[in-house]
Amino acid sequence: MTKMLKGIAASDGIAAAKAYMLVQPDLSFSETSIDDPAAEVKRLEDAVSASKGELEAIKQKAAENLGAEEAEVFEAHLTILADPEMIGQIEDKIKNEKINAEAALKSVTDMFIAMFESMTDNAYMQERAGDIRDVTKRVMSHLLGVTLPNPALINEEVVIVAHDLTPSDTAQLDRNFVKGFITDIGGRTSHSAIMSRTLEIPAVVGSGSATSEINEGDMVIIDGISGDAVVDPTAEQLAEYEQKAADFKAQKAEWQQLKDAKSVSKDGKEVILGANIGTPKDVVGAVDNGAEAVGLFRSEFLYMDASELPSEEEQFKAYKEAVEGMNGKQVVVRTMDIGGDKDLPYLPLPEEENPFLGYRAIRISLDRQDIFRTQLRALLRASHYGRLAIMFPMIATVKEFKDAKAIFEEERAKLVKEGIPVSDDIEVGMMMEIPAAAMIADKLAKYADFFSIGTNDLIQYSMAADRGNERVSYLYQPYNPSILRLIKNIIDASHKEGKWTGMCGEMAGDQVAVPLLLGLGLDEFSMSATSILKTRSLLKKLDSAKMQELAQKAVEDCETTEEVEALVAEYTK
Amino acid sequence: MEKKEFHVIAETGIHARPATLLVQAASKFNSDITLEYQGKSVNLKSIMGVMSLGVGQNADVVISADGADEAEAIAAITETMTKEGLAE
Repeated sequence: MTKMLKGIAASDGIAAAKAYMLVQPDLSFSETSIDDPAAEVKRLEDAVSASKGELEAIKQKAAENLGAEEAEVFEAHLTILADPEMIGQIEDKIKNEKINAEAALKSVTDMFIAMFESMTDNAYMQERAGDIRDVTKRVMSHLLGVTLPNPALINEEVVIVAHDLTPSDTAQLDRNFVKGFITDIGGRTSHSAIMSRTLEIPAVVGSGSATSEINEGDMVIIDGISGDAVVDPTAEQLAEYEQKAADFKAQKAEWQQLKDAKSVSKDGKEVILGANIGTPKDVVGAVDNGAEAVGLFRSEFLYMDASELPSEEEQFKAYKEAVEGMNGKQVVVRTMDIGGDKDLPYLPLPEEENPFLGYRAIRISLDRQDIFRTQLRALLRASHYGRLAIMFPMIATVKEFKDAKAIFEEERAKLVKEGIPVSDDIEVGMMMEIPAAAMIADKLAKYADFFSIGTNDLIQYSMAADRGNERVSYLYQPYNPSILRLIKNIIDASHKEGKWTGMCGEMAGDQVAVPLLLGLGLDEFSMSATSILKTRSLLKKLDSAKMQELAQKAVEDCETTEEVEALVAEYTK
Repeated sequence: MEKKEFHVIAETGIHARPATLLVQAASKFNSDITLEYQGKSVNLKSIMGVMSLGVGQNADVVISADGADEAEAIAAITETMTKEGLAE
């Protein structure tokens, strides 16, 4: 029967395909005593060998589709499966206690998991507990005769249905077969949503009930533009969405014509539309979508996808690839933004009550100068090969910026002395994401070459509301006059010193925010690459003088976010 | 029985990928191979045993092999240690 689901539109586009349920099957069992331990050990051996075969296949598929690094996690799983101590202990338990293989498996692996999880001073070891859990699940599924989802093995067109998608889930998805996805939880800025835009896959997140309403193999339409999904559509509905998909394609083609155009408002005001990227490979998507710059290159991938600190050489290669790929257009690299919700297995950070208010980003860099200096040297060396700019994340005070800049100058002087070519035109700026910094933007503008507003953090710190906490998510209000005032303060301060301000948060590509930001005088809008052409098309319809009037009214007269939204609607009619 | 001492120089110790590589190297041999650290001894063919020791930088460890191919085993493990910059 046809069902409609409503969620949050996370990534533009329409998709229709069979549902692939990325959900965990029921792995519960009861402990029983057995009469024939030899037969039970054989059951275990069979389950282990079936799991090995499955993992070998997944590993190979992952290596082909996603690269050797993504495949490594499965290698780790295979090593655990081959562990003689663990398998030996499970077998002993079956023989000595005469219990079924399921119970013996759980009892032994639980002990190992507990042992690794208790190593609280070592994040890497704690993560291994997750690997053991994954392996246990796989063996258990074979013992129980149920099937685990293996997204890496998908070989037909599907729509993924999941409660939520983790980075390791998305890493296994093959774009050739995954046409769209829908999740139960999440919002526009959750990991799954950002990933769907990077991969250019239509997605609906936060539907609330996708995993309970949809069954494996159901036909599902995903409308990533409106946030709707249709399960088991009628022929008319399918036709309707085919039309909508065709319209969307036509609109995209129209936007595509703007690929090499400048970003100008109706009355001729020019701005820069840039892309946010996570790896040097994303430069291709940025260029294809008409990016005039990379407004944010998150350097974290170098640290996150590694088992040790990335070397200067490794970093240099990545930065060089990015600046060369942009062919003379500016690439703004943000220095390491680790901490908060991103930690590194090989750099254990003490557990904190409030990680978002704790030891992270520039605070780590200024403390662990060895790590910071390696990154700066790599950046400086890469600057010779294109137009590179650097920005420091989480700057709160003038002193922090000056300290970071001084270290940059020291490393620069060293390289020059060593005779290594370094560009003499590197802009050094900072992220504006802490309200304290926004309030003294006039002081910071004397030292920073530019500002880049990180809206997600700026909003969460200003509203004192965790953006991951659904119960306070109503406070995520990018158009609230309070936030607009902070943004205005930042932009005005930079202009007074002859500097520029960009924005690299999700807000920069938000179609309600763009008119306001144009009116506030924002110089660079950096967003998911796929939002660029749509935004360029919108800009063409906006009159900057009129938007200035809109922004002024929003900042001075409006009391609530709803009033601002209504005002924008009125001005952009 | 063959024995050899190692001084761990890798910054991360014998945790991440290196542990897997050592276990893979050891698993190719029939000899019983153990890793000893701070009075505790574990089977070097067991990834969980090795990781549970939490061997850090500057640790001194002893690897012993006992069996027909003990000499070859110690040689192969020594090669992995040096090649991966784990220990000296």
